[in-house]
Amino acid sequence: MSESTTATLEAAARNEQSVKLSMQQALNRALDEVLAADPKTVVFGEDCGQLGGVFRITDGLQAKHGETRVFDTPLAESGILGMSVGLAMAGFHPIPEVQFDGFAYPAINQIVCQIARMNYRSRGKLPMPITLRVPSFGGIRAPEHHGESLEALFAHVPGLKVVSPSDPHDAYHLLKYAATRPDPVIFMEPKSRYWQKGDVDTADGGTLTGARIVRPGRHLTLVAWGAMVARCLQVAELAAEDGIDVEVLDLRWLKPIDAEALATSVGKTRRAVVVHEAPLTSGLGAEVAQLITQNCFDTLKAPVERVTGFDVPYPSGDLEDEYIPNIDRILLGIQRVLEYRRG
Amino acid sequence: MDSLLPAVAAADAAPLAPGQLRELYSLMAAVRYLDTAAVAWQRQGIIPGYAPELGQEAAQVGSAYALDTARDFAFPTYREMGVARTMGVDMVAYMSTHKATWHGGMYDPLASRLAPIQAVVAGSVLHAVGWAHGQTLEGNDGVALAYFGDGASSQGDVHEAMNFAAVMKAPVVFFIQNNGWAISVPTERQVAGGSVAARAAGYGIPGIQVDGNDVIAVHEATRNAFAHCRAGNGPVVVEAMTYRRGPHSTADDPGRYRSLDDERIDAGEDPLERLRKRLLAEGAADEAFFTAANQAARAEEEAIRTGIEALGPRPGNEMFDFVFQETTPALENQATRWREESEHV
Repeated sequence: MSESTTATLEAAARNEQSVKLSMQQALNRALDEVLAADPKTVVFGEDCGQLGGVFRITDGLQAKHGETRVFDTPLAESGILGMSVGLAMAGFHPIPEVQFDGFAYPAINQIVCQIARMNYRSRGKLPMPITLRVPSFGGIRAPEHHGESLEALFAHVPGLKVVSPSDPHDAYHLLKYAATRPDPVIFMEPKSRYWQKGDVDTADGGTLTGARIVRPGRHLTLVAWGAMVARCLQVAELAAEDGIDVEVLDLRWLKPIDAEALATSVGKTRRAVVVHEAPLTSGLGAEVAQLITQNCFDTLKAPVERVTGFDVPYPSGDLEDEYIPNIDRILLGIQRVLEYRRG
Repeated sequence: MDSLLPAVAAADAAPLAPGQLRELYSLMAAVRYLDTAAVAWQRQGIIPGYAPELGQEAAQVGSAYALDTARDFAFPTYREMGVARTMGVDMVAYMSTHKATWHGGMYDPLASRLAPIQAVVAGSVLHAVGWAHGQTLEGNDGVALAYFGDGASSQGDVHEAMNFAAVMKAPVVFFIQNNGWAISVPTERQVAGGSVAARAAGYGIPGIQVDGNDVIAVHEATRNAFAHCRAGNGPVVVEAMTYRRGPHSTADDPGRYRSLDDERIDAGEDPLERLRKRLLAEGAADEAFFTAANQAARAEEEAIRTGIEALGPRPGNEMFDFVFQETTPALENQATRWREESEHV
């Protein structure tokens, strides 16, 4: 029986196919199913056990799957990730959690020098099927180091794959997909979207690799990921009132980037704006802009525009809305592209 | 601090038989010969670099001799040639890392029960904890043997590893070779409190300091530590006090930080000479044995050198092939571009 057939039967047994779930619920359900399906899967991190994680993503999983499958670790990120390497070497599929983006920094040696390289160092003998869940990005008025966007840093490291879902449906399916891959995946969860509900088709995840067009349009492509996708959809609605038909492309995989989807979309719209929360300089927007330019140079009507955070440390809550690309800034970015005239 | 839990020590306290003592000597001789030769290989241009373990033969052979390759796993740094040899690792494949053939060495880590050679100081200590916890989760009785040095003990990962292992009662033997030097910095300016083993008390786990140049003492301490772990009692710290008689690496110049007189005084008696005297005193070996052991060591080194010299560079496509289990379109494109540009395909 195929995997999708099994999923359909399971959904039928639950008398459901499409359910309304928050991203937190969708992620929780995905972890529950992965734990049930693969006895080698272990979920762990700070407060992941009895508490269910500070965002409750692992809520109830320890009670259901036991303390050997879902457990708390001491409060040390390098320890969590270093331990993941050893567990993977012993044949496990670790799904560790780093509680907040900024706390991936203390573990960076283990992520970059060990997890990302062990398959290579061992010539493929020691795969690292580790899915590192990182509640990411800003927008929740949190303390310092709780609102960072590390995708460019991770994407730059050979040996890592990076993905970020933007809605509950993708969160559910992409986590299940990532957690069953043989390579390390940094799974960046947009924490400001945890509590937004959306339809999740549990039976049919669609294509789980590559980017996804979340809104088709003719005049311009907005490229975004994580929490910025929802914002770009709002922008597209507003632009439509002025007769501008915006296509929104959810990049989803930040490594590998779906260059083909970018080329197809921008080849059609001939204009692109990349939106991300991370600082501008050497951000992933530069990589996206280059891929678009490389593949669409002859048809582009304007240089690819970037609307991003600034080259400043992520600010305190009061200034958060000034830092994260807001609707006005994205609209102004669109305007600059539309008004561009070749010199 | 110089003994383990008595109950465990008593449970596995059979003295080493004369045949085992002779085997230990043969291993140490093979390691000494290969180690000394590898420095010469570097001078001769056969290999670009090497990190000698001269003087640490007793610590490495004695500890690895306690490991059961059917169920245990060792986690080396970049200076554990003696451990690899004792575990029966393919030594051409091991030494290939010093030929600059492949980071981590060419041996199969799973089949060898030896993790890839690790260049990050203390980088693999947490891996040992994770692997060991995996044994607990599976209900296996395997033990992880984590090697690191006095310099590595300054790394935060060692603290995290010991704390994690103690909290989770993970079966890990933390084996420190305190060889007196972290490149140019002596232990007294590296290890506060003067002992890594003493830190074990802070984690509520046993810690022992042992004469690292006495192979029998090292072996017994490690064997007891393994028994302690296997009995489900959690981790143990063993600190073998030894001396790095050679340079940090073939690129190092110890004359800039220590004198030859200091070396002679601080190194103490040669661990091989100590075992040799003991074997002779106990009548466990005669001169003919030592002659044969040294001849065997020489023959082994020659065979390994032949293998190393025959080792060509890996095909360039391996740069791309081992990055992922499932490659990416971008990486495939780069591999194709590389092939076209380098091979003019």
